[in-house]
Amino acid sequence: MALDSKVPKGALKDKWTDYKNKINLVNPANKRHIDVIVVGTGLAGGSASATLAELGYNVKAFAYQDSPRRAHSIAAQGGINAAKNYQGDGDSTYRLFYDTVKGGDYRSREANVYRLAEVSTNIIDQCVAQGVPFARDYGGLLDNRSFGGVLVSRTFYAKGQTGQQLLLGAYSAMNRQIARGKIEMFNRHEMLDVVVVDGKARGIIARNLVTGEIERHSAHAVVIASGGYGNVYFLSTNAMGSNVTAAWKIHKKGAYFANPCYTQIHPTCIPRSGDYQSKLTLMSESLRNDGRIWVPKHLDDVKAIREGKKKPTDLSEDERDYYLERRYPAFGNLVPRDVASRAAKERCDAGFGVNATGEAVYLDFAAAIIRYGTEQAKIKNINNPSEAKIKELGKDIVKAKYGNLFQMYEKIVDENPYETPMMIYPAVHYTMGGVWVDYNLMTSIPGCYAIGEANFSDHGANRLGASALMQGLADGYFVLPYTIGDYLADDIRTGKIPTDTPEFDAAEKEVKERIEFLINNNGTHSVDYYHKKLGKIMWDKCGMSRNEKGLKEAMVEIKALREDFWKNVSVPGGLNEMNPELEKAGRVADFIELGELFAKDALTREESCGGHFREESAETDGPQKGEAKRNDKDFAFVSAWEYKGEPADAVLHKEELEFNDIELKQRSYK
Amino acid sequence: MGGFFKSSIGRKVAMALSAFFLMFFLLQHLAINLLSVFNPDTFNEVSHFMGTNPVVQFALQPVLIFAVVFHFVMGFILDIKNRKANGGGYVKNNGAANSTWFSRNMIISGITILAFIVLHFIDFWFPELNVKYIQGDMSGMLPGETEFRYHEELVHKFAHPARVVAYVVAFVFLGLHLAHGFTSAFQSVGAAALRKKLNTVGNAYAILVPLGFIVIAIYHYFNH
Amino acid sequence: MNLTLKIWRQKDSSSKGQMVDYKVTEISEHMSFLEMMDVLNEQLVNSGEEPVAFDHDCREGICGMCSMYINGEAHGPDRGVTTCQLHMRMFKDGDTITIEPFRAAAFPVIKDLVVDRMAFERIQQAGGYISVNTSGNTQDANSIPISKHAADEAMDAATCIGCGACVATCKNSSAMLFVGAKVSQYALLPQGQVEAADRVKNMVAQMDLEGFGNCTNTGACEVECPKGISLDNIARMNRELMKANI
Repeated sequence: MALDSKVPKGALKDKWTDYKNKINLVNPANKRHIDVIVVGTGLAGGSASATLAELGYNVKAFAYQDSPRRAHSIAAQGGINAAKNYQGDGDSTYRLFYDTVKGGDYRSREANVYRLAEVSTNIIDQCVAQGVPFARDYGGLLDNRSFGGVLVSRTFYAKGQTGQQLLLGAYSAMNRQIARGKIEMFNRHEMLDVVVVDGKARGIIARNLVTGEIERHSAHAVVIASGGYGNVYFLSTNAMGSNVTAAWKIHKKGAYFANPCYTQIHPTCIPRSGDYQSKLTLMSESLRNDGRIWVPKHLDDVKAIREGKKKPTDLSEDERDYYLERRYPAFGNLVPRDVASRAAKERCDAGFGVNATGEAVYLDFAAAIIRYGTEQAKIKNINNPSEAKIKELGKDIVKAKYGNLFQMYEKIVDENPYETPMMIYPAVHYTMGGVWVDYNLMTSIPGCYAIGEANFSDHGANRLGASALMQGLADGYFVLPYTIGDYLADDIRTGKIPTDTPEFDAAEKEVKERIEFLINNNGTHSVDYYHKKLGKIMWDKCGMSRNEKGLKEAMVEIKALREDFWKNVSVPGGLNEMNPELEKAGRVADFIELGELFAKDALTREESCGGHFREESAETDGPQKGEAKRNDKDFAFVSAWEYKGEPADAVLHKEELEFNDIELKQRSYK
Repeated sequence: MGGFFKSSIGRKVAMALSAFFLMFFLLQHLAINLLSVFNPDTFNEVSHFMGTNPVVQFALQPVLIFAVVFHFVMGFILDIKNRKANGGGYVKNNGAANSTWFSRNMIISGITILAFIVLHFIDFWFPELNVKYIQGDMSGMLPGETEFRYHEELVHKFAHPARVVAYVVAFVFLGLHLAHGFTSAFQSVGAAALRKKLNTVGNAYAILVPLGFIVIAIYHYFNH
Repeated sequence: MNLTLKIWRQKDSSSKGQMVDYKVTEISEHMSFLEMMDVLNEQLVNSGEEPVAFDHDCREGICGMCSMYINGEAHGPDRGVTTCQLHMRMFKDGDTITIEPFRAAAFPVIKDLVVDRMAFERIQQAGGYISVNTSGNTQDANSIPISKHAADEAMDAATCIGCGACVATCKNSSAMLFVGAKVSQYALLPQGQVEAADRVKNMVAQMDLEGFGNCTNTGACEVECPKGISLDNIARMNRELMKANI
C-alpha cells in the first residue's frame, strides 16, 4: 500500500481551517448509532473519549489501571506549551511551529506540527474552563515559565504536577460523560488484539484483568491511545505497566510502525543504584537552569570518590570538569536533552562516572546557592554577610524554586542535595516513534486511529520539553473528534457491528491460544528475566549512541532472546483470575518483537538526527567535530514499517518530508 | 433541609451543634456548683431558682434532655455505622502513629459519661423530681426546717468515698472526651480556622471544666 | 538485610484470606518497598509459587495505584510518601513486616493486596467536574482573573492522587478527605461556583451510598496522606454542604 499522508492542499496556515470547513460531518441523530472504542485513557485517550462522547458517539474506553486518572500522563512534571503570547515576548503560532520542527531535527510533518501549534491556545482555554488550577501571578492572570532552551516563555504549569492536573481535567470531562452513560468505562481491561472486518477496524479483543475473561467489543472505529514504548529498555521513566501491546497488535494487523528508533533519553534522572532497580525517576529539566554539571578531571579522584575516600565537595574548582560548559560554551548546561545525555554518556564511558555503577555525573547547586544568597543579601541590605549567611539565604531561594524535587531526590538517594551535589544520569523517557498516521490521525488500517505518544507524528526525531502534554490534548480534544467524523460519515447506515462473526472468532481464538501457551509453558525463567535481558541489549546497543555493528548484533541477540522466551518462560497462576505475571508476559513478548524492529530501523537510518545518534554519522572536523551529522539529502523521510511475519522481514515504506515553510539548518549549540 | 440531616455530614453537624449546647451547659453547671464551695447561701438560692423557675424547668430542661439523649443516641448510631464501614480491621494497626487515643475512642469516654449520668440522675435528678412533682413540695426547704435543702443534700452525697472515686473517674473521661470534642465540633461545622485558633482554649476547657467538678467533689468529701 | 514478611494472601474476592509468612534475604537499604516485593515475587516465581498480587504503576508517587498497609500504617511508616517511595532504609535487619491490603467495606479485596476502589470513581462521576463542553470555544483563559492565593489553595486540594490511604487509615473508613479535596478544588475557583451546590450534594450523597463511614475528626487521614491534603478541605466541604442546603 502506498503511503498517503492526506495533507490538505493550500497555504500552511490555512490548511486546518479549510480542511475543517470541507470535512464530512455526522448528524447528531446518527452519532447515537455509532460506537467508538478508545484504548488508553491518558491525556490523549481521556480527552478523546470525553469529546467523542460529548459529540454524541457511544464511547467504550479501556484502561489497564483501575481508573483513567492513573495513566502515566499523570507523571509529567514541567508544563504544557501554548502559543498564547501572554507574556508579550514575541511568541506566535508560527514560532511554536518553528521551534517544534527545529527541535525535532526536521523529521516531523510540517502540516501536523502547524496544526498542533494552532490548537495549542484552545487547550489552555479549555483546561481553565474545566477548573485546572494553573499557576497564577499576583494579578490573578496565568503565569508562564520558559523551558527547554526556547526563546520565549510559553509554558503553562501547575506546580511540578502539570500532567496530573491536565489528566484530572480530562478525567473530570470523562466522568461527566460516564455519568451520562455516553462513555462506558472498562477499567482493569487490556486490549489484546484488534478485529479487522472487510479491511476496516471494527472491534477489539480485551482481557478483563480481574476475572481473566476474554471479551469481544465491537465498534465502528478503534482509537489507540496507549502511549509510548520506552519500557522496551526495561528501565525507563515510564510506569511499570506502560507497554506497546495495543500499538504492536494493530501493527501486526496492518498498521505501519513509524520511526521506532526515535527515543528520547532525558538527561536529568536519578541514577540506577543496583540490579534490583525497577524503574527510573525523572527530575524536571528545569534543574539545569541553575545546576552545573560536572565530573572529576582526574581518574584517581573518581576512584577515591567511588571508594568513599573523598567527597565531591572536597574537590577544588580546578579538579572539576564542567564538561558541558567546556564543550558548548554558548549554551552550557542548557543544551537540548539529546546533547546533554550523550555528553554524560561520553564522560562515563571514559571512566569518569561518580557512583558505584560508574553511571552518574554531578549536578551541583553550590554556585547557584552562593549566587542567589549574595543577591538576597543585597536585597535585604545585609553588609558583609558571612559565608554561612549567604548560603542560608541562597538555600531558601533554591528551596522555593526546586524544593519538591530536592525532597524527592533526598527520599530516594538519602543524600541532602543542598549540601552535596546531586547525582544524575540519562534515562529513557519518551518515544517519538510510533504508529504511522496520516493527517487525520488514521493508521494504515481504515477506521483505526492512533493519538498521543502512541503515534509518530509531531515531534520528529526529538521532542521539546512541555510538548508531550500539548500534543496529547490537541489530538484528543481538538483534532481526532473532527477527523474521525469524516470517516464515520460513511457508517451512519451500518448499524451495530455484530461480534458473532468469523473475524471475531478468529481473533479471539488467536488471543486465547497465545495466553494459554504462556500459562502452560512451565518454563524455567521469570518474565522479568527476559525483560531485563532485552533491556540490556537495547540500552547497550540501541541506546544513546548506535553503530552498525552493535545494531546488527542487537537484531541477532533479540531474535535469539525471543526464541528462548517462547521456549523457557515461566508464568505461574491461572487464566481465569487476576494474574499480573501473565499480563507482563504478554507485554514483554511484544516488546521483544518491537525491539528487533527498533534495531532494524536504527540500522537503516544511517544518519544522526535528534535522539538517534549514529556514531558513523558525526562531524569529522571543524568546530562541530564529534557532533551529530544529519543527512537531509538521503534521510528526510519517515520510515514506516509494514509487518511481514518477522520483525526482521518488515518492509520499509518512505514518506518523504517536504519543508516549504521552514529552512533546514544544522542545530548548533557551540 | 431534612435531607441534610440524613446525610453523613448533616449528622456530624448535628452532633457538633448538640455538643456546643452541652459544652455551654457544662460551664453553667460548673459555675453554679462552684458556688457550693465558695458561697453555700447563694448556691442554695440559685439552685432553688433553677429548680422552680418554669422557664428553666419546662423550656430549657427539655431542650437539655433532648440534647443529651440526641448526642448519645446519634453517637451510638454513628459508631455502629462507622464500625460497619470499616472492613473488618487490620491484623496490625498502629493508630497511635497518626492520631490520639482519645480521638479514636470517643465511644469509650462517651459510654463512661453515660454511666456517670445514670448515677448522677439517681443521685440528684430522680429524688428532685420525686420531691417536687410527686410529693408536691416546691418549697426547696429541708423537711420541717426553714433552710434550703440543696447544699445539705450535695454535701451529703459526697460523704461516701466510692461515689467520689466514681465521679473523679467519670470526669477524667469527660476531660478526654472534651480534649477531642471541643475542637472537633468546630471542625464539624466547617470552622477550620477556629479549630486551629481555639486549640489552646479547647485544651484549657477540657482540663479546667472536669478539674473543677473533681475539686468540688473532693472538697465536699473532706469538708462534710 | 534479612526480613520476615507477614503478607495477606487471598485468592479472589469470594475466598477467605489469611496471613502467610515469607523470608527475604539480601535486601538493600536503597531498594524501594516495591522493589523488595519484586525480589520476593521473583523468588516465588522461581520456586513455582504464585507471586503476591499488588497494585502499582508509576512508582514515583503520583499515580495513586499502590496501596499497602505496612506495619499498621497506610503506605508504611514514612511520611509524605506512597508505598513506591517508601525505602527499605526505614527498616532494620531482622525486622518482621506486616503487609495488608487497604481495608474498608467500600474497598473489597480483589486479590492479595489488590483492592477495588471503584467507589471513588462513582463519587467523582456524581459531580467531580465542571459541566463545560470540550469544544475549546470557551472564553479566553485570562478573562477571569483568579487570585494567586485561591489558585494555590485549589492546587493544594487538587494534588490528591486518589490512592485511598485516607479511607484505609481512618478508623471509620471515611472518605471525607478525598471528597473534601475534590469539592474544595472547585469551590475555590470561580469556574466551579455555578454548580457548587449540586456538586457537593451529589458527591456527598454518593459517598454515603458507597458505605464509607462518617468523619470523627481524628486527623489520621491528614497525617497519612502522601500528598499532605489538609483537614481544612473537610471543613470546607461541611460548609459547602450547609450552604447548599440553606
